[in-house]
Amino acid sequence: MMIMQLIMQGYDPEDAARRVAGMVPFVPTDPVHIQYINFLKGFLSGDLGKSILYAQPITMILVYAIPWTAFLVSLSLVISFSLGVLLGMFMAYRRGGILDRIFSLAASVTRALPPYVVGVILVLTLAFQAKWFPLMGPYDSRIPPGFTLEFISSLFYHATLPVLAYVITTIGSWILQMKSSTVSVLGEYYVTAAEARGLPERRIVTSYVGRNAVLPLFASLAISIGFIFGGSTFIENIYSYPGIGRYLAASVPARDYTMMMGCFLVTTVAVVLSNFLADLLYSRLDPRIRLG
Amino acid sequence: MAQSISQNAERLVAGGIQDLKASFKIIWRNRVSFSGLIIILVFTLMAAVGPELVPYDRMPRVLDRYLPPSREHVLGTDYAGRDTFAQIVHGSREVLIVAFLAAVLTTTISIVIGISSGFLGGKTDTALMTCADIFLVIPSFPLLLIIVTSIPRVLSALEIAFILSVVGWASLARPIRTRVLSLKEEEFIESARCLGLSKVHILFKELFPNLLPYIAMSLVLAIVGAIYSQVSLYFIGAMPYTSTNWGIMIQTAINDGALINPKVWPYLLSPMMCLVIIQTGFILFLHSLEEIFNPRLRSEA
Repeated sequence: MMIMQLIMQGYDPEDAARRVAGMVPFVPTDPVHIQYINFLKGFLSGDLGKSILYAQPITMILVYAIPWTAFLVSLSLVISFSLGVLLGMFMAYRRGGILDRIFSLAASVTRALPPYVVGVILVLTLAFQAKWFPLMGPYDSRIPPGFTLEFISSLFYHATLPVLAYVITTIGSWILQMKSSTVSVLGEYYVTAAEARGLPERRIVTSYVGRNAVLPLFASLAISIGFIFGGSTFIENIYSYPGIGRYLAASVPARDYTMMMGCFLVTTVAVVLSNFLADLLYSRLDPRIRLG
Repeated sequence: MAQSISQNAERLVAGGIQDLKASFKIIWRNRVSFSGLIIILVFTLMAAVGPELVPYDRMPRVLDRYLPPSREHVLGTDYAGRDTFAQIVHGSREVLIVAFLAAVLTTTISIVIGISSGFLGGKTDTALMTCADIFLVIPSFPLLLIIVTSIPRVLSALEIAFILSVVGWASLARPIRTRVLSLKEEEFIESARCLGLSKVHILFKELFPNLLPYIAMSLVLAIVGAIYSQVSLYFIGAMPYTSTNWGIMIQTAINDGALINPKVWPYLLSPMMCLVIIQTGFILFLHSLEEIFNPRLRSEA
């Protein structure tokens, strides 16, 4: 496919084949399954080929890009999850009230908003008009990178808007899930029994209702990580944040296939790994499904 | 709750103008849901007859670049002096056609897989649900990007819809399967089985009508998902250029420095706002569907 692309760009077929061979760790004229095996071999030894667009090894670009995405995604996931759980529980206790209705509707609407719409609107209002936040970039380029307080605060300052965009688009589903989960736990007999025993309200809320209601949400944590990675393509693009999503977004219009493959691979591995972690966490939190 | 849902569904399926009237009344009484229906109708009308009513002049006029909204150009003009409103109207047809096709395909796939998985059970169930889990875990948008970019030609609406549905069926198939599993334990299915009715009868006459509410809701959810993914694909530049698609409009606006140039804002914000409004419309409509099918959610008895 890459050869076809170069031929269309005006290279003669042999030259094109040679150029492509220089970019990928397999011979592009081999049968597909041998190419795939060689690609896997290359992957295991850390060689994903060269980017067409940046003319650099993919592995180098990814090693540079992964920390940025990991920083953004984990920060926004933690904020959105904990905030969503708290709000969801609050709404479950006040269900039927006017606040609950407004929040439920708002949550289901923001859940359906495309991340780039939220991102762009945040940029236009908070960064461009109000000038409260920087327009783009991961940190202030005037501050030398390093473990100084100034640099780290600049990091968080620049991450505010992207994180806010992630949180707005993901918090809705946490709120709604937590609300329905809490409502069903509140109907359980052990809650009534705990109330009858005269346990302090705070204890019932945290260790009886909260703990049991939050459990099912951990199971959907992994899926939401995949969703967030999908959104990172847009949000990092809008904020010029040098993460994986930004590189993926740049490589798509340029049809930089090696780069796209690398980004997709990293994303998928990250999602599968976090899925695994979520499962481990889940079995620690819920003794009922602990193995052995 | 299951009982009330199924009874309600049966009543609805049994048809009769009275029930339609009743459902309409529920939508009518709830102003929020009603506005959702209105939004959907307006956009559908726009997609259906809009392109015939609003002429779209493709001629570039450099002097008219990024005109602010005026009586002549309701939403201003784009980078080549073309009317933004006309582009929105012409683009809406494409967006809605693909979204509708994709939603129908997605729902069909997830119904077939969800029902066969839940109804047949056993090894078929395990195999199908493992498959669904794999699709659920893979980040769907990057996967879409890879699939679309590896097909080196212009895709028709049906092909885009097909790709969208292949990637997106899993999240709808799972709830349908869960529903089938719980319906299978209901007394009316059990008694049908005791009566010796055939599996085909149970499937189509007993099970399927009770799934209809869920299918209707999945359809709406699938439309929302398809609009999002499709516009996103155009926005990120994975699809060939067409001057009227909303995603392309957003992309061109951002590439033209819309984030730092207020003159471009009308061109950037009009497709975005359309997207937000239409998504909100479908979500509000979904709320009213839930209310119709589940009487316990109704605000006033």
